[in-house]
Amino acid sequence: MKLEKKDILGMQDLSVDEINLILETAESFLEISTREIKKVPTLRGKTIINLFFEASTRTRTSFEIAGKRLSADTINISSSTSSVVKGETLIDTARNLEAMNPDVIVIRHSAAGAPHLLSSLVKQSIINAGDGAHEHPTQALLDMMTIKEKKGRISGLKIAIAGDIAHSRVARSNIYGLTKMGAEIVVAGPATMLPRNIEQMGVKVFNNLDDAITGADVVMMLRIQLERQKQSVFPSLREYSQHYCLNRHNIKLAKNDVIVMHPGPINRGVEISPDIADDPSCSVILNQVNNGVAVRMALLYLLIGGHE
Amino acid sequence: MKIILAGARLIDPTKKIDAQMDILLEEGKIAKINSALLKSTKSKDAGKVKVIELTGMIVTPGLIDMHTHLREPGFEYKETVASGCAAAVAGGFTSIACMPNTSPVNDNRSITEFIRRKALEADLANVYPIGAISVNSEGKQLTEFWDLKEAGVVGLSDDGNPVMDAALMRRALEYAYSLGLPVISHCEDKNLSGDGLINEGYYSTILGLNGIPSIAEEAMVARDIIIAEFTNTRVHIAHVSTAGSVRLIRDAKKRGLKITAETAPHYFTLTDEALQGYDTNLKVNPPLRSPQDVTAIKDGLTDGTIDVIACDHAPHGRTDKELEFEYAQNGISGLETSLGLSLNLIREKILSWPELIAKMSANPARILNLPKGALSEGSDADITVIDPHLKWTVDIKAFCSRGKNSPFSRRAMQGKAVMTIVGGEIKYAAPSLKL
Amino acid sequence: MTKNKSTKIVMDKDGIDRCLTRIAYEILEKNKGIENLVLVGVRTGGVYLAERLQKKISCIEAGKIPLGILDITLYRDDISASNKKPRLGKTKIPFSLDNKKVVLIDDVLFTGRTIRAAMDALIDFGRPKMIQLAVLIDRGHRELPIRADFVGKNLPSSLWEAVSVNLVEKNGVDEVVIEEGT
Repeated sequence: MKLEKKDILGMQDLSVDEINLILETAESFLEISTREIKKVPTLRGKTIINLFFEASTRTRTSFEIAGKRLSADTINISSSTSSVVKGETLIDTARNLEAMNPDVIVIRHSAAGAPHLLSSLVKQSIINAGDGAHEHPTQALLDMMTIKEKKGRISGLKIAIAGDIAHSRVARSNIYGLTKMGAEIVVAGPATMLPRNIEQMGVKVFNNLDDAITGADVVMMLRIQLERQKQSVFPSLREYSQHYCLNRHNIKLAKNDVIVMHPGPINRGVEISPDIADDPSCSVILNQVNNGVAVRMALLYLLIGGHE
Repeated sequence: MKIILAGARLIDPTKKIDAQMDILLEEGKIAKINSALLKSTKSKDAGKVKVIELTGMIVTPGLIDMHTHLREPGFEYKETVASGCAAAVAGGFTSIACMPNTSPVNDNRSITEFIRRKALEADLANVYPIGAISVNSEGKQLTEFWDLKEAGVVGLSDDGNPVMDAALMRRALEYAYSLGLPVISHCEDKNLSGDGLINEGYYSTILGLNGIPSIAEEAMVARDIIIAEFTNTRVHIAHVSTAGSVRLIRDAKKRGLKITAETAPHYFTLTDEALQGYDTNLKVNPPLRSPQDVTAIKDGLTDGTIDVIACDHAPHGRTDKELEFEYAQNGISGLETSLGLSLNLIREKILSWPELIAKMSANPARILNLPKGALSEGSDADITVIDPHLKWTVDIKAFCSRGKNSPFSRRAMQGKAVMTIVGGEIKYAAPSLKL
Repeated sequence: MTKNKSTKIVMDKDGIDRCLTRIAYEILEKNKGIENLVLVGVRTGGVYLAERLQKKISCIEAGKIPLGILDITLYRDDISASNKKPRLGKTKIPFSLDNKKVVLIDDVLFTGRTIRAAMDALIDFGRPKMIQLAVLIDRGHRELPIRADFVGKNLPSSLWEAVSVNLVEKNGVDEVVIEEGT
């Protein structure tokens, strides 16, 4: 069994079998990170370029560690200003990188669809590490891996995703992935944060956090991305946190064994109260980070570890 | 040189003619239209007359596109007046009206005169400049309408930059009406469209692209109708894309208001579903809408709510389009595909032949007060010959336009303009037409 | 397992059991008991054999020797060339290998490439005092200078033949079969 894909652009394109293969492979990779020598020679001689047009510490680091643990050479290219500002288009950058003959290009970009453009231009495998408000497939995969690890399954679970759905690529990727795997998804947020026709993605929609998390097995809180909102979609952080912050009280509405997830970085006290975020009995936020490395190792291995 | 167009089916909706007729062209004018012209002329003028046999073809008044962007001055790499005119005649258009968003903006006599001179040098299609409503299309201060009119402007628009200030729009409609100039309104409430990129709906949601709600267009259509009613003036609504706009315009027309409207071929051909894959050639403003909107546009064409099919020809260079979706520019290079796409409306029984031809010749001529759009003895010999059966495939590399930005690349088409005659001269003849 | 007409059973259930019993004694004899001794089975065939050897040894000598599982997929030298990528299995070596006498266990010894990969992997886990190799079948055709310390049965075979060890744990039956290549 192998992944019959050149690129990982989004969860929309992955089948249930492919998702299962990636998750199972990732579970096998978990053990490597616990070794004294955290490295296997699998991708020796392969080159991975992390092309980050948008600031990111954890995702970039996670990809870099994943590549290095598989003995690939990883190169980070970060560009805080967009390529347009620099006068170099994504196409020029892509062609230059292609000429250096890497094996995988991991791209993060503030523009939705940028990985698709890159994919159409270069022959190398592309992994989408987050494009605008579109998709963040590796985050969804690590979230799914964490849910599977803690709950033993995904199918049949009630999963609430709350916060700024409109601006969240994590929400979109998780909705695609989790619904495919048979979970029941509810989303919650103020009406201004729920994008038009979101229910057509197969989710139930609530404006009230309490309604959404009632009976939930998993609660996924999204980061309020103030930097992404040109127009204010809510009156104030104060008002938002009073009604949409997961805390000691409202979490009681969820199942007793609920797990709490967050893609990070957390705005403590805004979308999630510090005592919940740091409570090891429900918060799995650090498991998510750990699983992130394994998922990315699995994708690199499946994309470039076994053919040509 | 005299030319006889012989044996074709002549369609002139202004005269309700739809019959086989011969036409004699002489000194740039239409000299005669007669069902038996060929026989009567042959004997005495043989040798001095070029007879073009057009059996099976359709001859119509020269098509007029009232919404074209020629990029000269300022963006000659996208299009020049000459390349745009070449695209026009290749697409079957004998006359085009060009929008003022050049650099500098066509907001004064010297730019208007420059464009007209370039058009005369190109000597292909008739070019009618549209002047800006406001200085630099900034929506602050009216341009010199009177001076622009004298320089040859046939209408006014800040196309691409909607006039957000309702008071300024009121003044523009009043002042332009007194001069007999139509105002063409690009309806988009900038506060509502914001940093939107595609139609707000399911596809903007799943693609993670900011949405442009249909109400951004409709709010301003409603505003302009209200202003036109209050001031008893007229307004022409450009590139209608939503069901709501169609409804507002229909209601206004029913109440006898002087409202006219146009749509573009992409708005009745494509929906926002096509945007999956982020093809920047599909990025247009207003954006491609939903199937319900497409249906409403077609209904509006059928019942006459929408008077005109205009290309909104917006040529761009590769560097404007081979970009991340949000950085790419809006527009489709449409002059050479417009007729082919519009002919689908006949096959779909949305429009009859005379109705379609009216929307692409007589109606735009009427709105812009052009002495065009009809085939009368003594009128300018602007004629389009259409082969309704010709099957062809869109090849952007073969475009005369410098703008190769077309989402219709490689699309199979049926029906094409095979000859374009402007002022009695053949400015375009398709290789398929054996002369 | 479907068998075609060219399949030949070369060892049955009792044969396998006797071989493993003998290997268990040999391991104990060579290492003079179970002190510092650990077993590591190579996925997948070696794992079940390792489990059986662990049981047999504990019947002979008091005390349980540690058992690890090694998946060598990530260490293969043919991974880029191979079209059929094996599903990656889990590696479980929940003890230190430093200064241990490691008995590596696999079902069939053939080219030696799997064992090379396994030794690389083991060395990434620590610094064993020594590595010994136990296999149920040695079919020859070595491509690397590798030799087994404990062999159940030497089975000369042609390159066109396939040798498989079927075990109850995964195939429902204990047998070693040799099939002619297609």
